[in-house]
Amino acid sequence: MLDMTRPQTLVSLRGIGKTYVNGTVALEGVDLEIRGGEFLTLLGPSGCGKSTILRLIAGLDAASSGALTRAFDNVGAAIGFVFQEPTLMPWASAFDNVFLPLRLQGQSRRMAAPAVKEALGLVGLADFAEAYPRELSGGMRMRVSIARALVLRPLLLLMDEPFAALDEITRFRLNDDLLRLQGELGATIVFVTHSVYESAYLSTRIAVMAARPGRIVAEIATDDARPRDKNFRLSPAYASSCKRAVEALRDAVHGEDF
Amino acid sequence: MRLPQWIRRYGPPSLVFLAMLAAWEAIVRLYDVPPYILPAPSLVLETLATDWATLLPALLATLKVTFGALAAAVIGGVGLAILFAQWKWVERSFLPVAIVLQVTPIVAIAPLLLIYLEPSTAVLVCAFLVAFFPILSNTALGLASADHNLVDLFKLYRASRWRTLVLLRLPAALPYFLGGLRIGGGLALIGAIVAELAAGAAGKGAGLAFRIVEAGYRLNIPRMFAALTLISLTGIAIFAALSALSAYLLGRWHESALGPER
Repeated sequence: MLDMTRPQTLVSLRGIGKTYVNGTVALEGVDLEIRGGEFLTLLGPSGCGKSTILRLIAGLDAASSGALTRAFDNVGAAIGFVFQEPTLMPWASAFDNVFLPLRLQGQSRRMAAPAVKEALGLVGLADFAEAYPRELSGGMRMRVSIARALVLRPLLLLMDEPFAALDEITRFRLNDDLLRLQGELGATIVFVTHSVYESAYLSTRIAVMAARPGRIVAEIATDDARPRDKNFRLSPAYASSCKRAVEALRDAVHGEDF
Repeated sequence: MRLPQWIRRYGPPSLVFLAMLAAWEAIVRLYDVPPYILPAPSLVLETLATDWATLLPALLATLKVTFGALAAAVIGGVGLAILFAQWKWVERSFLPVAIVLQVTPIVAIAPLLLIYLEPSTAVLVCAFLVAFFPILSNTALGLASADHNLVDLFKLYRASRWRTLVLLRLPAALPYFLGGLRIGGGLALIGAIVAELAAGAAGKGAGLAFRIVEAGYRLNIPRMFAALTLISLTGIAIFAALSALSAYLLGRWHESALGPER
């Protein structure tokens, strides 16, 4: 087991390229290190390959060139994945959705029950274990999705624009919950967003990406002070991170309507 | 005062149906239409009671064929759809054969089957052929329609192909399968009737359609209507039963079985 309190490299991408069969170059020459305990955000315009990087890290896709190394072998146990949509099984209760990763590992329902209940409790849904996804609000469904990703206590949590479809208030609330969970669990998080403000609020480091082909053009280390309370959104450190992210993003898109 | 839900739901269609029967009865009585031209609904009902000893075995024979064919179509359709989902080469190899059987009219196949097979087997095969394709095509579509992000999630957790099938693809295909089953249920009855008509024309058979052909030869028009009534009621009962099954299985999660969101 890795010691997550030390900034050890969990995943390393060296000169990663990804070209799809139709000839589209999604990524070119991507160098990136993901260090233990950090909150890394991939920020960039649509189509710049942010999600592709997550898929490569999760082993859901293979790189066309370059080298990707992981400090762990069992990807399924070490990585949790949260998609843009909650991606729940509509025929299963919140409990059964969160139970899924444990079930696929061969655990019985009874054996897995404490872990499932704990994961639901972490996201504030202990009382909704038997509810079906349709009976939950959009924010609650996303919480179930996060609980499912956390139930195996992964080293690395990959989140692909998870809050993009939510209203601003729910998004703020979930941002705070995510920071709290990271503090409690010590997980490393790679978070994809196209929101400058979200990236500045959540991250310890922002990798700014440009499109066509997708590449990383800047890395911004943000203010490290944690925990970040609600006043952080009003602080000079936050404003400074936003300013630097906006400038880097503007350079990345060469001032196109920005 | 607001009427109860069941009255609002079933009241209007029941009234329309009763009004149609009343108009039919009135026209027959008013114009004194002879029963060999058009029997009144009351006479059809009376014939149902008096000829019950003849009609009941025929109904049971038709039901046996219909449910036998539907069961075979479910086993064959779902089984083949699973094979399609697991191996694309199976789909490429067998789908054209299934389509050929589907697009060839059953009335054209039935006489041939009656030559090659026993009448009871031929009738069963005809009903199976028409019920099979909607179940196969709907289930195959459902199995291929599982959320691609969930498929990725199963891949991330290193789920085997069969576990992905059982835990993800089959539940995702359930609404599609049930849709196909509802179509297949009605078609199994139609297939059975068509095959029985062909068999009845050849002087062989035992089902309701055979009784219709037989009654037609004897100009026993009320019995024809009575047999037709039983066929219609059977079709309605099959549809209602399969709709109830669908509502039971999908009741808590699928849009088709739910009312407006909370």
